[in-house]
Amino acid sequence: MTKPLHIGFIPLIDAAALIVAVDKGFTAAEGLDVTLVREVSWSNVRDKLNIGLFDAAHLLAPVAIASSLGLGHIRVPIVAPFNLGLNGNAITVSPALHAAIMAEIDGDRFDPMATALALSRVVAARRRSGAEVLTFGMTFPFSTHNYQLRFWMAAGGVDPDEDIRLVVLPPPYMVDSIASGQIDAFCVGAPWNSIAVDRGVGLILHFVSDILVRAAEKVLAIRQGWSEKNPELVAALVRAAFRAAEFIEQPENRAEVARILARPEHVGVDAEVVLRTLEGRLKISSDGTIRESSRYLLVGREDASRPDPVQAAWLYAQMVRWGQAAISHEAFAIAKAVFRPDLYDAALGLRGGVDGSRGDSVGAFAGPAFDPADVAGYLASFKVSRRVP
Amino acid sequence: MAAESSPKIVIVDESPIRAAILQEGLREAGFTDVVHISEMQSLLSRIYALDPDVIVIDLENPSRDILEQMFQVSRAVRRPIAMFVDQSDAASIQASVDAGVSAYIVDGLKKERLKPILDLCISRFNAFSKLQDELDRTKSALEDRKVIDRAKGILMKLKGLTEDEAYVLLRSTAMREKKKIGEIAQSILTASELLK
Repeated sequence: MTKPLHIGFIPLIDAAALIVAVDKGFTAAEGLDVTLVREVSWSNVRDKLNIGLFDAAHLLAPVAIASSLGLGHIRVPIVAPFNLGLNGNAITVSPALHAAIMAEIDGDRFDPMATALALSRVVAARRRSGAEVLTFGMTFPFSTHNYQLRFWMAAGGVDPDEDIRLVVLPPPYMVDSIASGQIDAFCVGAPWNSIAVDRGVGLILHFVSDILVRAAEKVLAIRQGWSEKNPELVAALVRAAFRAAEFIEQPENRAEVARILARPEHVGVDAEVVLRTLEGRLKISSDGTIRESSRYLLVGREDASRPDPVQAAWLYAQMVRWGQAAISHEAFAIAKAVFRPDLYDAALGLRGGVDGSRGDSVGAFAGPAFDPADVAGYLASFKVSRRVP
Repeated sequence: MAAESSPKIVIVDESPIRAAILQEGLREAGFTDVVHISEMQSLLSRIYALDPDVIVIDLENPSRDILEQMFQVSRAVRRPIAMFVDQSDAASIQASVDAGVSAYIVDGLKKERLKPILDLCISRFNAFSKLQDELDRTKSALEDRKVIDRAKGILMKLKGLTEDEAYVLLRSTAMREKKKIGEIAQSILTASELLK
């Protein structure tokens, strides 16, 4: 056994690969002595990772990039040798907003362009009638949820900084906030969308996979300095998480995985709710309507666990689009280098080689194909933006 | 704001005792304009209504992420946070995270006015956790004593020992097994439950 490792996580289903790696003894089999530490805020996870109280963490992919760029906080370079999940978020709206959007929709209700255009008509009608602006909840300024909501509504012409109010809320508060009418909609990861549906206070309008085919969600985040000093530990962690990701994706293991995640020290929700997410079979309305997607949350299949620098580049492009980061070649290079497929390949004995040359692996429903070699050109095609001049 | 006026400090903490300890400490140090928020609903609008210069929040509070959005002006954010107080100083980040507290400066206040506030928060938070630890220890000592008394009773009855002899037996067993007396006593209670 090596020295004890402390790994921070937020109780969400996409922490599965870490939780299962420890619970099923995959980390121990690698000679690792891992203690998982449950945290209450992304700010805490970031700070405890940055100052060394955590050796690694379950972290929002954009926070890893923001930390490496010194945005919103001190600059601490982070590397991500393993991607803990692709997709997994959903947009849930209140019954009233759902009805308003459906009354305006022209097209398929699962077509994000149709819903975004409908939303823009709802927003315009509310403005004319002098109604309060709609409030959308998301989890963190540097979050996939923030960018996914913005990308979606801006495609329909809704300016997320002018036409609506976008607020940060901790995931466990989302359901109560939509129930009490403080927010009209939110974008969050599992299990919170399902819980809102079960309580009858929200309807799932979109899976994030409607908006982006592949969206890097959470990463295994490690301080760059620590990873350089402890390459064997990093490789062992990657191998253990990889085994866990493969285990999670086997249909015959899903019930067991759901039970492990459901335990109070992990995510602390009903195993049945966890199972819905793992199976990609989600109840989207309290009337029992089920919607299935094979892309709801990808943990280990379709190469999901291999960090893809194109994803990092896309997230950086969103930071630039919404005025969180200035555009520069240096910042772009730093952001892209946070995702480390080389460390992943080395740990697993893969030959690697495909370093972000797969073209548009993001697959957004609107705008041109994403070209990581030309972020400025890509962003120029979007009308609604907050770019820093 | 005049240079000598006391900055307005908002404490966001769901623990009323800890907030009171902190508030008292700040007042003693001459910071008279201190407000405590214990209700997390509509936190952002409450903060705006108070319009503070400094926000202090405990790290057990999930609402900390709400404050992080104040780094950027938006429809929801009117007066942004200029900085995370300890941004420039790794040692004070360490100290504040260890103590379980974090502080943010709202735009407009000079950074050097912050140091004494943060130091005070750290020391009061540490004092509070010490108090909490002592309380927990006292509680568990009390429970141990009850368990030991019951285990002694069982030993006296089953083995015909006096109270002193029963205690000596517990103590020597604990020493031999390298365990606490309370743990040995608990296993006697468990065993006697099972054998009932």
